[in-house]
Amino acid sequence: MRLRLADRRIWGLHLGLIAVLFLLQFVLPDYHHTNVARILVLATYAMGYNLLVGYTGLLSLGHAMFFAAGLYGAGLSIYYFDLHPVLGFLLGSAAALVFAIAVGLIALRTTGVAFMIVTMMFAQAFYLATLYFNSITRGDEGLVLAPEARRFAFFGLDFDLAEPVTRYNMALALFVGGLIVCLMLVRSPVGRVMVAIRENEERTRMLGYNARDYKLLALSLSGLLSGAAGAAYVLLFAYMGSTFAGIQYSILPLLWVLLGGVGTVVGPLIGTLLMFYLIDKTSEVMSSYLIVVGAVLVLLVLFFPKGIAGTLRARYARWMP
Amino acid sequence: MDLGPHLLLALLEGTVAAFVLAVTALGLSLVFGVMRIVNVAHGEFFMLGAVLAWFLTSLLPEMPFWGFMLAIVGAPLVVGMIAVMADALVLRRLNYEPEATIVATIGLLYILQQAVLTIYGPDARPVVAPISFRVQFPWFGYSGYKFIAIGAAALLLLAAWYGVTRTKFGLIMRATQFDRETAQAFGVPVKLVYAAVFALGAMLAALAGVLIVPLQQAHYLMGLDPLLLSFIVVIIGGLDSLKGTILAAFIIGISDGIISVFFSPTLAKIIATLAVALVLVFRPNGLFGGRSR
Repeated sequence: MRLRLADRRIWGLHLGLIAVLFLLQFVLPDYHHTNVARILVLATYAMGYNLLVGYTGLLSLGHAMFFAAGLYGAGLSIYYFDLHPVLGFLLGSAAALVFAIAVGLIALRTTGVAFMIVTMMFAQAFYLATLYFNSITRGDEGLVLAPEARRFAFFGLDFDLAEPVTRYNMALALFVGGLIVCLMLVRSPVGRVMVAIRENEERTRMLGYNARDYKLLALSLSGLLSGAAGAAYVLLFAYMGSTFAGIQYSILPLLWVLLGGVGTVVGPLIGTLLMFYLIDKTSEVMSSYLIVVGAVLVLLVLFFPKGIAGTLRARYARWMP
Repeated sequence: MDLGPHLLLALLEGTVAAFVLAVTALGLSLVFGVMRIVNVAHGEFFMLGAVLAWFLTSLLPEMPFWGFMLAIVGAPLVVGMIAVMADALVLRRLNYEPEATIVATIGLLYILQQAVLTIYGPDARPVVAPISFRVQFPWFGYSGYKFIAIGAAALLLLAAWYGVTRTKFGLIMRATQFDRETAQAFGVPVKLVYAAVFALGAMLAALAGVLIVPLQQAHYLMGLDPLLLSFIVVIIGGLDSLKGTILAAFIIGISDGIISVFFSPTLAKIIATLAVALVLVFRPNGLFGGRSR
């Protein structure tokens, strides 16, 4: 089968990116090795967020709910019931999917600013619930998974998620899975309809597409991917706490996606990577390091609304998905 | 204590919270009504009011009353100036486009909050009430300042009502709210009105912050709660209706007080938060709002 030029470029770019990320683990020093694993998981979260915001044009301020649903769904079931980590991961992702569908059924009756506030309110209620059920979740203090809970056998292979090499490659596998899902989705007819809704919902509806169903699908997939990232996060880094359900974890993916490029497949990774290190470096210098979050948000909205990958696409690479 | 005194205490606490909340939410409602933007940084103006009140009262440590008077005049003025700057540097350049503005005000939230953390530090600091006396009930004594706060907030609400409905500026504001382009065609300086309304909203939040700070210490993270509560109030009251906002502030404030005393504050917040999401979905104009135009 001969691929068209655009297809070859697209697969070249993304397979190249995956290869670079795979090779990176052999050259990175310990400290950055852990950081990049973390970034890969968070970038998966950002990709999930981007499915909704970037491709369907629905700005959510409540995605922390889905991330935390995955985190707690996996973490609590492993912590209290000694569930197999793979089952825990699936359970966490499923919990996030259920929450996303439930929120979608209610919140998608609104649009624009009202949608942002409704999602934010639901996420806030979820956050407060994690504090309210303090006896189970330990609230802000959080819970730590025991090392034994993160060792498991799967298809005859033994895994230890505390092992840096295993952790890095698990994070990479999650990221690659997310990347491929996103890439296939946005290039599929369903993805085209999602973009059509973003550009002009009225017209899409006139053409006979049920916009609400597509929006619900986008929100569900977005929640599922965010939840999978959350579930992976607790498995790989062993910690869960209310912070991950807080409003800040709804704003961070917005920031990552805006910086990397709204509605681009590689944007979320670029944004997460840059922001992670920017915050990391700033926190070494001052305690009020979150000021960079504010400053970058304002500067992006004012001067750089397309983000890095979005600008590159507009200038040099119109073929980029 | 029996149920009666408990209920009285809950009602009193609720009333104080309700009045202060009404002032804060009125600011948010005004900005949303006239400018059609959601100001996520509103709670930070509240926090700035409280922190500036600490700073200004600490200038006159021997005279708590005059220190507080200085705070009640000075803090809103400084916050108003910050708001005017934010409007000119950021919001106006975005042409008040709703979604971009929300993202920008989220940014503003972090900038203001973290700037206060840098300058003022992470500690919570108390402000002495300008007047201290106790009102003795048969079952418990109650801080007299809380009644002063209620009175001051009531005066502010009256002044705001008078300003919006009875003055020329109020008329211009309502004209801009009703139809921005026609107002502009009739010579209303819309940009100026927007800047003034944004500053006014911020100043109301700052005043609420000054009023609350003798009861609750000044801290750089104290803006989040009033922000969320104001959202709740403005949405339940109807996004367009000032009367609805004030009515909703009382319902939320007092029921919050009662549920907090008898059950848990977190549960009260969960209920209010879910209620607001459902109101926004099923009654988008709020419980007391009119039909949308």
